[in-house]
Parts: sequence; structure tokens; C-alpha cells
Amino acid sequence: MTESRWQLQRDGFGRLVLTDADGVRHEGVVPVRSFPIAAPHEGIAVVSADGHELVWLERLADLPAQPRQLIEQELAGREFVPEIRRLAAVSSFATPSTWTVETDRGETRFVLRGEEDIRRLGPRMLMIADTHGIQYLVRDIKALDRVSRRLLDRFL
Amino acid sequence: MTQDSPPSNIVRSPVPESWRTALGIRLLPEENVLACLEVDLDERLRFAPGLVALTEARLLAAGAAGEAWSEWPLGAGLSLLHHDHAGVGTVELRNTESRLGAWRYTLAQNLAALRLITQFEAQQHLLRTGVPPDPDGDNLCPTCKAPLPPDEDECPVCTRELHTPPSTWTLFRLWRFARPYEGQLLTGFLLMLGATAATLVSPYLYLPLMDEVLIPFQNGQHIAPTTVAWYLGGLLAAALVSWSLGWAKTYILALVSERISADMRTSTYEHLLHLSLEYFGGKRTGDLISRIGSESDRISVFLSLHALDFITDVLMIVMTAVILVSINPWLALVTLLPLPFIAWMIHLVRDRLRTGFEKIDRVWGEVTNVLSDTIPGIRVVKAFAQEQREVDRFREANRHNLQLNDRLNKTWSLFSPTVSFLTEVGLLVVWAFGIWQVSQHRVTVGTLTAFLAYIGRFYGRLDSMSRIVSVTQRAAAGAKRIFDILDHVSTVPEPLNPVQLPAVRGAIELRDVAFRYGNRSVIRGLSLTIHPGEMIGLVGHSGSGKSTLVNLICRFYDVSEGAIRVDGIDIRSLTVADYRRHIGLVLQEPFLFFGSIADNIAYGRPGASRAEIVAAARAAHAHEFILRLPQGYDSLVGERGQGLSGGERQRISIARALLIDPRMLILDEATSSVDTETEKEIQRALDNLVAGRTTIAIAHRLSTLRKADRLVVMDRGRIVEVGHHDELMERQGAYWRLYQAQLRTAESHLDD
Ligand SMILES: Nc1ncnc2c1ncn2[C@@H]1O[C@H](COP(=O)(O)OP(=O)(O)OP(=O)(O)O)[C@@H](O)[C@H]1O
Ligand SMILES: [Mg+2]
Repeated sequence: MTESRWQLQRDGFGRLVLTDADGVRHEGVVPVRSFPIAAPHEGIAVVSADGHELVWLERLADLPAQPRQLIEQELAGREFVPEIRRLAAVSSFATPSTWTVETDRGETRFVLRGEEDIRRLGPRMLMIADTHGIQYLVRDIKALDRVSRRLLDRFL
Repeated sequence: MTQDSPPSNIVRSPVPESWRTALGIRLLPEENVLACLEVDLDERLRFAPGLVALTEARLLAAGAAGEAWSEWPLGAGLSLLHHDHAGVGTVELRNTESRLGAWRYTLAQNLAALRLITQFEAQQHLLRTGVPPDPDGDNLCPTCKAPLPPDEDECPVCTRELHTPPSTWTLFRLWRFARPYEGQLLTGFLLMLGATAATLVSPYLYLPLMDEVLIPFQNGQHIAPTTVAWYLGGLLAAALVSWSLGWAKTYILALVSERISADMRTSTYEHLLHLSLEYFGGKRTGDLISRIGSESDRISVFLSLHALDFITDVLMIVMTAVILVSINPWLALVTLLPLPFIAWMIHLVRDRLRTGFEKIDRVWGEVTNVLSDTIPGIRVVKAFAQEQREVDRFREANRHNLQLNDRLNKTWSLFSPTVSFLTEVGLLVVWAFGIWQVSQHRVTVGTLTAFLAYIGRFYGRLDSMSRIVSVTQRAAAGAKRIFDILDHVSTVPEPLNPVQLPAVRGAIELRDVAFRYGNRSVIRGLSLTIHPGEMIGLVGHSGSGKSTLVNLICRFYDVSEGAIRVDGIDIRSLTVADYRRHIGLVLQEPFLFFGSIADNIAYGRPGASRAEIVAAARAAHAHEFILRLPQGYDSLVGERGQGLSGGERQRISIARALLIDPRMLILDEATSSVDTETEKEIQRALDNLVAGRTTIAIAHRLSTLRKADRLVVMDRGRIVEVGHHDELMERQGAYWRLYQAQLRTAESHLDD
């Protein structure tokens, strides 16, 4: 659809290389979502290694398959916001507390430092940060099972 | 080649238990594992175990169990790199043409990754040159570059465990604050014992009054006035004793509990102020205020009223039970029958109430948060006409509060009447059983009367005891929130064995410093040596990490990697207050406390004389504008220095920094909100003051840094250029570009 005036490749080092409309090569470009949670598929920017915006994509779906795949791959390898599906156990209701959770990326344990590391993003959505700064997402509290909800509720 | 059992050389290596067998069988005889990284994420960033191991000759890696191992012989051209983004670290193996492998891990594994890379580089060096690399002076921690204690590879600075949850018996932890008052508490307790015992005397006197006076009278006998007088006198005496003991006990214990809660408030506040900036960054002001203010008050009320009542009740119940059993065991048994039911109910409701109260407390924090957000930001609220929205937000928080309260009250309102009901039922049973016993002539009417009098009190107590459930849970929730603060260990911890800082010369050395705010890496691999008395100008784009660097040097935050040393001493081994005394800091956003201008200037040295204050103000070119204020140095400045202009506030904060006569002076945009003329004046003043002190000055207006001995240009958390103005101009690099850009804007301003 869109005649792309720029081109995207992956080089031997696994980095993305963008050749822009003027034929300038930018090595190590990075795709970034503008609204990773609110609207992950809209507003994707490709920024250069030194942080300047090179390309702005209104919607990822509008791209031809080749660059889209590259971008999707790269995003998948960079984005790390595990989505909590189930709370298996919490070590204590007082913080710091070690949580064992099932996420869309497998099972893991993390340490919650304080209740304020759980932030509400909306009426049903939560973002939980662990001690190492990894963000865990609870997309819909109501969609969790009863036990998880009860555990979580103690911290809200 | 491979062996069946893990060779002994793997056992003393750093290989994690779960990988020993798998790795062991792959090792050649005489091959040792030098370093190991246990990765916890796979290619697609799913949680999965994996291992990267380094031996003398090769790098081995395996994904999840069962997967094939890959290996690369060490040799020329190989390099191991690491970087991290959003909490995920990546180690990449490259040769000169391409990437050979990449492993992902969460930052918990970062230390191991850094060790692996250090070892890898050392081994590559050894293979290349045949000599082991110069071990950088001494045995250093790979993360913080602090020297390790001999024969240990755990760095005492880096391995601080912060993750032990507090115990749940929170209220008992209040004992820590009660200990200084042990004596008074014991007295109070004895008084309480006496008072309770005295109240139990009167029902005991009903028994003879009934059996020896009233019933014989009904049967036609005479009432003996002396006997009656004796009994009535006894009743009066018991009442008087119990009254006076009760008064003394309440008074003493109320005094003590007020003191306990005041101590608690102060120590919480003290602890809070010693926590690092990171803690404050993550907390809301309103929440902290409500914790220290109202929760400690609630605990005080609990201690002085409810806990006391509760102990009295327990004493009373125990004593009553003993008396009842001693009078008539069977009747006593029946009387005590409903007790287990009530205990069970209390247990049932307790948990629900506690979580409910915890929630309500948090919602209270929310309500105060709205206030503490809006009131300081009132100018923005009004400027954008968002009053209604803020009111709505407040109403929403209140509604949430109501909702939670309503839900809790549903449980709660059912609870009390049920206890009362059980009490009534209990009384009924005792009446029935008692009448039957009297009819069987097993007990006297007097005994039954005494019993009924006792259990009236007894159940009354149970009723009030059930009330204690809610207040206890409330207090426990409050205590928990207070201990949350008290248990928090500062992320800028005081060293266990602090090094005494001798007279400071002011040499600052930054060594491979890296820093993250949470998972956001802001400073990377930064090294810089600042000589004593040198003036460094720190320049760079907005957001390049200048203020962050200053925060690190002041030790508001601790570096994530690397080390900062002052006069060769790691600043983490100094007590924080001792160290900061030597630093004068003028911040980007000056803050003035409520009080007079003189107080504000003398903030860092409360004992300063007036002459010194004036001298500092003069040096900061604040003197004249202060004199123009109606009350001069005694003028009161409001919260956050309202009533003064930005530039005036800045000059006061400069004076504040100058007054403490620090060896190191840090100016973060100290002159950003003054006009060029004033800036020149301040600059002249600073020039004198800077002389002989190590100074780090940050400025966007590059012209203000002409006097700097060296300019350090930062870009995205790294140093890109260092040198004198003329040098850097000649080099036509980053500094030159910044300078040209400013020149152009200055010209275009002139053109306008
Ligand atoms: N408390 C914080 N939490 C998270 N990130 C922060 C925090 N403080 C600063 N940052 C980020 O760190 C980076 C460096 O900030 P810093 O304040 O050091 O910049 P600066 O060079 O002083 O900029 P300026 O010239 O605008 O004052 C910025 O990208 C900023 O967004
Ligand atoms: Mg700054």
C-alpha cells in the first residue's frame, strides 16, 4: 500500500539498518511503540541509535510484510512486560513480598518492594514493578481467577 | 574424552547446582569453569533457564534442559558485549563480522553477567599475550569496582539483601517503643489487677446478703443491722478501692501510651528522613503524612483506651471464671458454654475486618494524596481551569472510601448484635439451669444471684471485647503501615564500619559509573577524575544526565555499577551526613522552608552568626534585594518560597551553600533564572568562592562556564568530550556544536 521510501534490513550483528529516503544508512535503529499499553498497534516510531526519530508509522498493519515482520521481531525481542495470568502464591501480605506468578511468558518469581509499586492504569488494569524494575501487567483484574483476585486484593 | 561423573574441577567452580552434571560431562579433563551466567530468559523473552559458561579455552552455552549445547573456542576477534533495556539484559558474543550468540536475562543476573564479561576479557587477554592482565591494582568487585575483601568474591557493598518481609505480629513489635516505660507499665498493670479484683468483690457479697439476710427474712427471721452494715460497708469499700485504683491505672497508662506513640512518631519521621531520595520518589506525600500523623495517633488511642480495656476484660473474665468454678463447677460450666462460640465468631470476622481496615487506610492515603497533589499545584489547576476535575477526583476518592466503609460495615454491624444475642442466650441458659438446680436444692438462691451478677459483667465484657476486634485490627493495620516505613532499609545505606573522613582535599574520582532509575539506564560507563580545587563545567543537552551525575556525587542515590571516590575513599564507606557536610549544593529548583530569610540562609549551619549570614548573602548578591524587603533578613518566606522571584530564591540558596564553606561546591543551573546582569554579578561572586574548592557547575548558558578549568560534555549518559573551552572549540565536536547553536539563538534574539 504505502510506497515505502525507506528500507529496512537486518545486518550480521542482528541490528536493524534503515536506509532512508535520501539513501542515508542508519545502523542499529530501534522501533518503539508510542503507547505500548493503551494502543500497541498505533504510532510506532523508528528511532536512530542516538535517539532521533527517523520514521513514524501511524499503524503497523499498513506496512508491507517484509519491514513489518522485521519490526515485529525486533519489538518482540525488546519489549518485556510479562502479563500476569495467575498469582500462584505470595510470601506475605506485608511488603517486601515474593510473588510467584504465571505470566504469558512462563512462570516466575519476583519481589514486590512496596504497595506503591502497584499502579493503577485504569479501573481494571494494573502495572506492577519488581525490585529490578521489570514491569508486570495485569490487563484485567476481573479476568483473574478467584484465588489470584483475593491475593491481589490484599495489596490494593 | 567426556567423563561419566562430573569431574572434580567443576565442583569448586561457580556453576549453579542444577547445571553441574549437564555441564560437567561436557568439560575436558583439566578444563575449569572460570565464570558462569545463569540466564533466565530465552530468545523470545519467555522465562526459561539457560547457561553461559566460560572455561579456559571456550565459551559454552545451553538453552533449556535437553537442548543442544553450543560452544565457541576463545580466540582473536571475539568480543562479549552487554547492554540492558527495560529490565532485560543482553549479553552478545560477536566476532568482527557478525553476532554469534545472544543471551537474555533479567537484571537480577546482572552481577553474574558482568563477572562473566570481566573473566572473558581477562582470558582473551591471556590467550593473546600469554600474560594474565594486570589485575587492576587489586581484587575488585565487577559491579562497583570496590576492592573485595581478600579471599572473597561476594562484594559487601553490592550484596545487600533488602527483601525480608516484616513479621505479621506487628502490634507486638510496638513493644520496642514500650520498653523504655517498662516500670510504669508494670505499675499500671498491678494497679489494673487490683482494680479489677476489687470490682469482683461486690457480687461475691450478694451471696451472703441473699442467703443470710434476705431469704431468712422472707422466712420470718429478723434482719441483723450490724451484719447488713458490714456487708454494705464491704460493698462501698470495694467500690472505693476499685475507683481509686482504676483512676491511678488509667492515668499512668494513658501517660505512657501517649509517650509511646510520640516516640513512635518521632522515630518514624527520623527514619523516614534518612531514607534515600529513591524512596521519596516512589511515595506520595499525602500517604506519608497520613501514616506518620493519623496512624500513630490511632495507635496511641488503641494503646491508651482499647488495649487497656481489653487487658482488664481478660483479667476480669479469668478471675470471674475462677470464682464461678470455685462457687459451683456445674453452674460455671453452663455459664461458660457460649464462650467458644463467641471466640469462633471473633476469629471468623477478624481477618475480614483487618484487610478491610487496611484498605480503608490506603484509601485515606488516596484522599490525602489528592489534597497534597492539588494544593501545591494550585496555580496550574487554576491556570487550566481544572477545578471541577480536581473536585471530581476528590469526590471519587471519597466515594471509594465510602464504598469500602460500607462493605466493611456490613460485616461489622452484624457482628456486635450477634455477640449481644449470644449473651442473652447465655443468660437464658443460666436462668433455666439455675432455677432447675434451685428447685433440686442443689444451689441456694444466693449462689444463683451471685452467678447472675457475675455473668452480667462477664458477658458485658465479652461484648466490649468483641469490639476490640475492630480497633485492634485498625491499630494493627496502622502499625503495619508505620513499620513499613521503619523496616525500609535505605538504598543509600550507612556503612557498618564507616571510614572517618579526614580533612577533605576534594579530589573526586568516578570509575566506570553506571546508574539506572528503576530499569531506565541513565548513566553508562562514565569515568572522570577531578583534581582538588578544580572547576569542572558540565554541559550537555537537557536530559543528558548532568543532574543525575550530581545526585550520584552527592550520594542521593548509589551508583548501580562502578564507584565514586573522594580523596581515594569510596563514598559508600563514609557516613552519609559526614560526607554531605563537605558539599555545598545549589539545586535546579531551589526550595525555601517556611521561616525567615536568615533562617533559610543558615539552614546548613544553624549556629551561624548574623555577620556570617550577611557575608554569605552579600557574596551571593542577595544582600541588596533582601534589604529592599520590608523586614529585611527577618522577612518570612512562605511555603516553597512564595513571595520571592525565581532568581531571588536561587540567590538565597547560593548563599545557603556558601555559608557552610564546603570543600566541594556543586551548582546545578545555579544561575538559570537570573537575568544576564545579575548572573554576571553572581558569577563574579562565585569566581572568588570557587577558588580553592572543587566545583562542579552545570549551566546551559555556556558563557557562564568560561572560567572552568575543564569542560565535560555529556550526551545520553556518557562523557563525549573533555577539555578547555578553546581546545574544544578547536576540535569542532559536540561542544562546538552546542556553542554554535547558542550563538545563533543569541544572534537571532539580537536581530529581533
Ligand atoms: N527520578 C527519576 N526517575 C526516572 N528517570 C529520571 C529521574 N530523574 C531523571 N530521570 C531521567 O534521567 C535522564 C537524565 O536526567 P537529568 O535530570 O540528569 O538530566 P539533566 O542533564 O540534568 O537535564 P537538564 O539539563 O534538563 O536539567 C532524563 O532522561 C530523565 O528523564
Ligand atoms: Mg538538570
